[in-house]
Amino acid sequence: MKLRQLALAAAVAAAGLSSALLPTVATAQAKEQFFPVLVYRTGAYAPNGVPFANGYVDYLKLVNERGGINGVKISFEECETGYATDRGVECYERLKGKGATVFQPLSTGITFALTEKAPADKIPLITAGYGRSESQDGGVFKWNFPIAGTYWVAGDVIVQHIIKKEGGADKLKGKHIALVYHDSPFGKEAIPILQERAAMHGFKLSLLPVTHPGVEQKSTWLQIRRDRPDYVVNWGWGVMNSTLIKEAQATGYPRDKIYGVWWAGAEPDVKDIGEGAKGYNAITMQHGAEPNADFVKEILSKVHGKGQGTGPKDEVGQVLYVRGAMSAMLGVEGVRQAQERFGKGKVMTGEQVRWGLENLNLTQAKLDALGFKGVLRPISTSCQDHMGSAWARIHTWNGSKWEFSSDWYQADEMIIKPMVKTAADKYAAEKKLSRRTPADCQS
Amino acid sequence: MFYRENGQFKTSYQADQQIFPITQDRWAILAIIAFAAIGVPLLVDEYFYRAILIPFLILSLAALGVNILVGYCGQISLGSGAFMAVGAYMAYNTYVRVDGMPLIVALLAGGFFATLVGLVFGIPSLRVKGLYLAVATLAAQFFCDWAFLRIGWFTNNNASGSVSVSNLNVLGWTIDTPLEKYLFCLGFLVVFGLLAKNLVRSAIGREWMAIRDMDVAAAVIGIRPMYAKLSAFAVSSFIVGVAGALWGFVHLGSWEPAAFSIDRSFQLLFMVIIGGMGSIMGSFFGAAFIVVLPIFLNQVLPALGTLVGVDISTATVSHTEYMIFGALIVWFLIVEPHGLAKLWSIGKQKLRLWPFPH
Repeated sequence: MKLRQLALAAAVAAAGLSSALLPTVATAQAKEQFFPVLVYRTGAYAPNGVPFANGYVDYLKLVNERGGINGVKISFEECETGYATDRGVECYERLKGKGATVFQPLSTGITFALTEKAPADKIPLITAGYGRSESQDGGVFKWNFPIAGTYWVAGDVIVQHIIKKEGGADKLKGKHIALVYHDSPFGKEAIPILQERAAMHGFKLSLLPVTHPGVEQKSTWLQIRRDRPDYVVNWGWGVMNSTLIKEAQATGYPRDKIYGVWWAGAEPDVKDIGEGAKGYNAITMQHGAEPNADFVKEILSKVHGKGQGTGPKDEVGQVLYVRGAMSAMLGVEGVRQAQERFGKGKVMTGEQVRWGLENLNLTQAKLDALGFKGVLRPISTSCQDHMGSAWARIHTWNGSKWEFSSDWYQADEMIIKPMVKTAADKYAAEKKLSRRTPADCQS
Repeated sequence: MFYRENGQFKTSYQADQQIFPITQDRWAILAIIAFAAIGVPLLVDEYFYRAILIPFLILSLAALGVNILVGYCGQISLGSGAFMAVGAYMAYNTYVRVDGMPLIVALLAGGFFATLVGLVFGIPSLRVKGLYLAVATLAAQFFCDWAFLRIGWFTNNNASGSVSVSNLNVLGWTIDTPLEKYLFCLGFLVVFGLLAKNLVRSAIGREWMAIRDMDVAAAVIGIRPMYAKLSAFAVSSFIVGVAGALWGFVHLGSWEPAAFSIDRSFQLLFMVIIGGMGSIMGSFFGAAFIVVLPIFLNQVLPALGTLVGVDISTATVSHTEYMIFGALIVWFLIVEPHGLAKLWSIGKQKLRLWPFPH
């Protein structure tokens, strides 16, 4: 009897659920450009993942408010990855089937996994400022676009800034820099560039890994207390960053000697520590917190003003929010560029968007028109260079907000280019790929 | 009516000792395999393969391995994720370091190295039992995480510590479409499933079960605990290692140690507990429950929300998914502490009498 009731209940539930599932499958829009949104609004990295996701989605809504991409409206769907690679792959497969044209994985691990899958599905990946550093080499990584900066750019600029602070490259000799990094492919991306620079300038580099999620750093800071490195570079993400600053505070390590990667330089990392984090620096891949940018105001009036906003209003314009919006902008502009060639007002396929991203030419005038005046510098990609811009700045937490504390830096091509080429060639050899021919670049 | 073995007389030892002595079972298994190999490809789309079926097959294989150790031999292990990692990384190393290494040999080599590691970490089982053993096997988890993150050799000195493989092919058969991947995994699962099924009813399987039920009594009747326990560790980690290699090679394509974290170990243990300890079938049920249910909930909840006119945010969906999932685990354990496999066997019992239960 009991079993029968159970079976009946299960059957009814299953029937209800399947009927609920059907309409969503049926609503595949024909005339809309579909943007998949991989997010993590839960889990250990949620404090940083949420503002990013809000910015991303708000910008897409803004584009629709502005009338779409040459009239093509944007539809989008979020999928929660929780920063886990297997869930990310599942999201990718799910959203791919709905006509996705460009993916932004938002996790180095997922980027690595999707790098293997995207070429077969002919869907480009944008990894603005993260992902594989060598993927800026478009000759090998046809489908990857680390637009406007990679981790190697970030690492290089941090060293440049330290050189400037010390007053010359020769002053770095004998100095000691400690890299505290998230023990994952993300954190390890920093190592090659810092090692290269260490060999160049003769400073000592010590590598201090911190295991996921990064709340346990006692032994790391014991080492720092003992060795007293001249600078600490923080390659952290999520809860690891605030823990690191608190540990620095407890150890009495000066916060102004700490430089974070751009994932480690946003409001959630420092705001709870407030004054204690004063002086903490982080690199920004061009933009910082931009509450006064034109597009931020536009989002506030056109999206939040109509009650369509995602997330709290007072977070609009914060560092990671801007990052999300900027990432969305890159995807949208890739589509717009593709429309220039393949027909304005049409929905673009993944292959077409790839062309658009490869021939992206965001001049200052275009950026200003989009509302990114004073936020971004021109970005122009090509077949060989999928990065398009290697500018960065340093900003510093003043106890209540982030402020720029340096001028613009450009990563040293002389150092990064050979590294990228070697790494990309190694990847190509492992995969038995050959470099793209000039003819392939035209297509 | 349809499921009764009356009248099936065994006239030879061979007939009496086959894997599935009941004719209906034999046909059912053949039908399931045929359906999985021929029917499924006609029915499902790419998403289904890549996001559901392939992970399900591979994790079933892993759960099968864990079930041999935990369910049949009674040695609780939290190191399964580590053995998967060993399988994946060593298969990768064999594959890229030896020129012209056939794929299947590389995958089996992954299993072989996982066996070695499993044996080493199985040694404490001779002294410690139960929860203490679980803690001891945790060491395997942490050690392997550490080794694959720190020792450059394992990742072919890749700067990022992440490795990837592609261009899989077996004797000229290139495995790149989802269907081919699915069939490849299915092949492994069928072979290992039948092997395991056969193994657990052999002398060695009975030794494991004797050890599980009462190791002192087992020792008294002449079963060597060391041999029984270590062989369970070896067989289990071999299967888990092969599953890990498949997870890396076929499912992810590119992976890092986080893919085989402690969460994975727990997940495998839950699969065994929910599916049914000491049951081959249970491994499949458990894997299906753990793999499919979260994805199902994740997709159905927003749809349900729109049905009643509520817009559920991504975060809420994710949180609800965890809550429902957790509640279901508890509910299943209360209603059926022996796992889903027990429900299955109750169903079979009832089928024997159906339609005249009295």
